[in-house]
Amino acid sequence: MTGASTDLTRAARREGIAFIFKKALISAFVALMLFSLMIGVRTEAGPTGQLIYWTRFGDLASIVGIVFVGSIVIELLRQWWGPAGIASVVPPSAQRALDFAGRAIPPLLLIFTFLVPVIFYNQRYILDLGILVLTYVMLGWGLNVVVGLAGLLDLGYVAFYAVGAYSYALLSTNFGLSFWICLPLAGILAAFWGVLLGFPVLRLRGDYLAIVTLAFGEIIRLVIINWQSLTGGPNGVSGIPRPSFFGIPLTPGDDGLAAKLGIEFSPTHRIVFLFYVILALALLTNWVTIRLRRLPIGRAWEALREDEVACRALGINTTTTKLTAFATGAMFGGFAGAFFATRQGFISPESFTFQESALVLAIVVLGGMGSQLGVALAALTLIGGFELFRGFDQYRMLVFGMAMVFLMIWRPRGLIGRRAPTVFLKQSTAISSELAREGRG
Amino acid sequence: MSGTILDVQGLTMRFGGVVAVNGLSFTAERHKITALIGPNGAGKTTVFNCITGFYKPTSGTMRLTHDDGRIIQLERLNDFRISKQAKVARTFQNIRLFPGMTALENLMVAQHNTLMLASGFTFLGLIGAPSYRAAEKHAIDQAKQWLERISLLDRADDAAGNLAYGDQRRLEIARAMCTEPSLLCLDEPAAGLNARESASLSELLISIRNQGTSILLIEHDMSVVMEISDHIVVMDYGVKIAEGAPQDVRDNPKVIAAYLGADEEEAAAVMESGT
Repeated sequence: MTGASTDLTRAARREGIAFIFKKALISAFVALMLFSLMIGVRTEAGPTGQLIYWTRFGDLASIVGIVFVGSIVIELLRQWWGPAGIASVVPPSAQRALDFAGRAIPPLLLIFTFLVPVIFYNQRYILDLGILVLTYVMLGWGLNVVVGLAGLLDLGYVAFYAVGAYSYALLSTNFGLSFWICLPLAGILAAFWGVLLGFPVLRLRGDYLAIVTLAFGEIIRLVIINWQSLTGGPNGVSGIPRPSFFGIPLTPGDDGLAAKLGIEFSPTHRIVFLFYVILALALLTNWVTIRLRRLPIGRAWEALREDEVACRALGINTTTTKLTAFATGAMFGGFAGAFFATRQGFISPESFTFQESALVLAIVVLGGMGSQLGVALAALTLIGGFELFRGFDQYRMLVFGMAMVFLMIWRPRGLIGRRAPTVFLKQSTAISSELAREGRG
Repeated sequence: MSGTILDVQGLTMRFGGVVAVNGLSFTAERHKITALIGPNGAGKTTVFNCITGFYKPTSGTMRLTHDDGRIIQLERLNDFRISKQAKVARTFQNIRLFPGMTALENLMVAQHNTLMLASGFTFLGLIGAPSYRAAEKHAIDQAKQWLERISLLDRADDAAGNLAYGDQRRLEIARAMCTEPSLLCLDEPAAGLNARESASLSELLISIRNQGTSILLIEHDMSVVMEISDHIVVMDYGVKIAEGAPQDVRDNPKVIAAYLGADEEEAAAVMESGT
């Protein structure tokens, strides 16, 4: 019995070695093909304009060798760890630790965020970065309603961000309305545009929906560029009023907040104030989303993501359900946009390119669709990490891309790949995202 | 009150040149189980999709009479309104639960319209109004009651996708029942179940009928059909070939011919030689 089993493992191992070698050879061959021209032959324009080239077969050989050995090492590691999969890659003890961390992280992170302006009071760079990260956290949470909960792939989220920003910019510069009046207006206008976009695209699903929302994002941007009389076109809108502390401006004058409090004026006050404004807005987004998830509308969003046909059979109006998801997400985008405008003091169409939509979508996907903590961590990683890698100079994008690829191998369903039930009888057991669907709507 | 709950007259459904259902007429009695049977491709599921609003029939009428005498023309409603206004619920041939949501959540989603009203279209719910909390508690109680009836109460907090196949089938029926329908349409509820599970399914369906919900059933498992049906409609090639009580249908040579793929005389001959 024992002999038979050792024979078996020996046979499996022999087969394994053959497999590893085959795989390594294939990898080396692919590397040879790829790099033979890129590294093997070097071309340059000579002094008189002719083409000179020389070969670097030594470098090529060493790279192919590295790929060959590296492939063997990776394959050995993989066999040692067992088959790739969430359950086996993460051992149970580590999983328990992760669970504990999962419960401890949100409150700790929140406390730390509240203390950031206190700790880094003198470091303007950190404060600015914090505001930027929080803006993206808020955008991520807003888009999470549409993509993560309702499963509607929206590639034009930046349009609502732009609507919010321009709403505030134009209302305040033309009519002198204050930030706190414009904020809800910007949200309502963005939600309105969300519904407007929602109507024509309701029949579309999956890829088609993504294309139309992408186009919508571009349309908004092009309208802003070309409607010169209203939006100032490519020159943007400048001189957007800074927010006041409920009517008291944050200026060095006698009626400024500093003078009224009897403290010395510092420009940092405004930064700190902005930090807490965006923190409050982000937390509002979070609170509303968490609340909505537990209400029938939120459950209907998730049901829609899981199975639209079943929703219709249960008498759920899928049209209004989708529209509310679009409107809610757009409203938060609008809030974030108004904040962006007041922080920058100047906005132009260049801030609202497709790149922004893609970045926010990446935050949602990377965070784990539907997970609030995951989105916050992903925003921190993506925006903060991007700054962190500044030291790598020209290799920044490369390092960044590598990090994302590794993250997706390690956690294909995002950082937090689990969903907590909205209602439970005895105990709330998190559901692996392997079961949840990504939505085709 | 007895009488007819569903009266289908001259139902025709064409897909391009293919006539899936051709002038089908039948009635389903109130508080009874009506079975729709027939060989594969006979058009049974198409009939279901017409009744439940997933297809718009080419022609024909489908009249639903509620307990209170209200009459609804199903062919004039579409989509989600069939379930919401006409109170017709259905299950699917290939199970369509929400796999990433728990069993309890699945049953809560089914009570969406009631809860939506109670939550004041989300606004009252958002501020945590007591009236909404009471409605939610009531919804959870109803879900709990159904989970108990299908003996899944201890799996209430497990993902629906993690349940065994037979459990998923029963959960889908419970989910449909949570919409409080007057007519329940089941598309092959016994498919893939073993003998014991089929027997418990029969019991469940009979208890649902006795409780006052009429059932329209597509089924291939003849032991289930013959045991629980009050009335059977047999279809082949989109037309009705027979109907009646289980015993009559079982002995009908046309039905046997349709199932065996032989023509009528041959089937009659086979039956005679058999007896």
